[in-house]
Amino acid sequence: MSRNHLLAALLVTVAGPAWLFGAGTVSGKVTYTGTPAKQKTIDMSKEPSCAKQHATPITTETVVTGPSNVLENVVVYISAGAADESSAPAQAVTFTQKGCQYIPHVLAMRTGQELKVVNDDQTSHNIHPLAKVNHEWNKSQPPGTPPLSEKFEKEEFIPVKCNVHPWMRGYFAVLKTSHYAITADNGDFSLPNLPPGKYTITAWQEDYGTQTQDVTISGSETKTVDFTFKAKPY
Amino acid sequence: MGKLFAVILVVIALASAIPIVTHTWYGSGINLAPPPDISTHGYAIDKQLSETMVEAGLSFLAAQLLLAFFVWKFAGRRDDQPIKTFPGGAKVVVIAALVLVGTEILALGVFGQKAWANVYFMPSAPDAMQIQAQAGQFAFYFRYPGVDGKFGVLHPDKIDEGNSNFFGLDPANDMESRDDIVSGELAVPVNREVLLLMHAKDVGHSFYVRELRIQQDFVPGLDLSVHFTATKVGKYEIVCTQLCGLGHYNMKAYLNVLSQEDFDSWMKQKVSEQ
Repeated sequence: MSRNHLLAALLVTVAGPAWLFGAGTVSGKVTYTGTPAKQKTIDMSKEPSCAKQHATPITTETVVTGPSNVLENVVVYISAGAADESSAPAQAVTFTQKGCQYIPHVLAMRTGQELKVVNDDQTSHNIHPLAKVNHEWNKSQPPGTPPLSEKFEKEEFIPVKCNVHPWMRGYFAVLKTSHYAITADNGDFSLPNLPPGKYTITAWQEDYGTQTQDVTISGSETKTVDFTFKAKPY
Repeated sequence: MGKLFAVILVVIALASAIPIVTHTWYGSGINLAPPPDISTHGYAIDKQLSETMVEAGLSFLAAQLLLAFFVWKFAGRRDDQPIKTFPGGAKVVVIAALVLVGTEILALGVFGQKAWANVYFMPSAPDAMQIQAQAGQFAFYFRYPGVDGKFGVLHPDKIDEGNSNFFGLDPANDMESRDDIVSGELAVPVNREVLLLMHAKDVGHSFYVRELRIQQDFVPGLDLSVHFTATKVGKYEIVCTQLCGLGHYNMKAYLNVLSQEDFDSWMKQKVSEQ
């Protein structure tokens, strides 16, 4: 087999369905109705090395909103209908502790994908994912130590806390599918490269829970699916 | 040889007493001196500590010199001489020692209880400012009752640290908790009595501020309290002095003693953040 043939065969295998039948896209916006709870100012006075990194004190990120009622940090993914996918991408995802805050606040990854945890602070952190389905662990990370490397084998939304700094909170969204997106500050998401088929789209917000919608893709079309969560005042 | 040992004993005893008596270590080089007292009750604690130091020092010297005296007197006994004993035998010596030491300990307790009881047995003034202190692994949080002057009820099941609900308040249903102010630092107005209501969230912790001369444990399940009046504006460290787990070394907060005006604007700032 020539080199070109090999490449073509590889392309058919990897991008087969999309390449052959055209690929659809599901995109949309996540918004809320009502009044969300006011986010609380975080008092880091206990850890001056972190407090001084924030010109204005940061707030909790339980509900992060944008103009015209959009919701940020919502994980939108295909929860049913997509073909089983094999191995996780080789590239690792990174979760950084900086200024005694988790960046990003919500980190999505594939099952089995490498997770790197970085401590950029001058203080020790103790990263503790409160996993229920996966194996729960907590690891201490003094300043200057190299990134920790971990992975999760099962699909789960995992709250993450720091055992040293009670205000720190983040989430891992461990997903089987590669079709996922996290809404940015405009509330938009887009799930491209979907072969024709019937899919269940799930949107997850850490405080408001999950919503699902079904959508059918035929050919290379773009379907709009919007989600609206009901905000809680407290 | 025995007489030389007696001389060495005296020299060691005196040599170790000299720096303490002359206070050469006090406030210079390695600073072992207690930091300045910033409380209304602290002078009594300091006085008690120096009295204890003096009494223990004198007893130490007396014991060492007495030991040296006996070593000197009975050194060089020849084997053919009979062993001399204390008149009356060992029983008298033991009883005398017990009475002496017992009286000393009792006296320290009797005179010291006043300093201690002023903090722990005397109630605070009725208009003392109430602040709730909560210790949990591994941070202190302080709660002020807010404009209504009432603390909201605690619901341990509602504790959600990721949402900064460290106390387990229920603002959705409990009006009194809505204006409660939660802070990571303990800000107090200067020269105003504060009643600190102490609450442990998980395990035993301790509240220790050297400058306040206060050290009090948090005990899970017990409602303990301390009261104090800070007399000097400044920022002081609050540390946990009860080994409470992995992050114990990092469990601290700051006591911020402010003038009344500064305290009012601090409070205003906190109210706007709620």
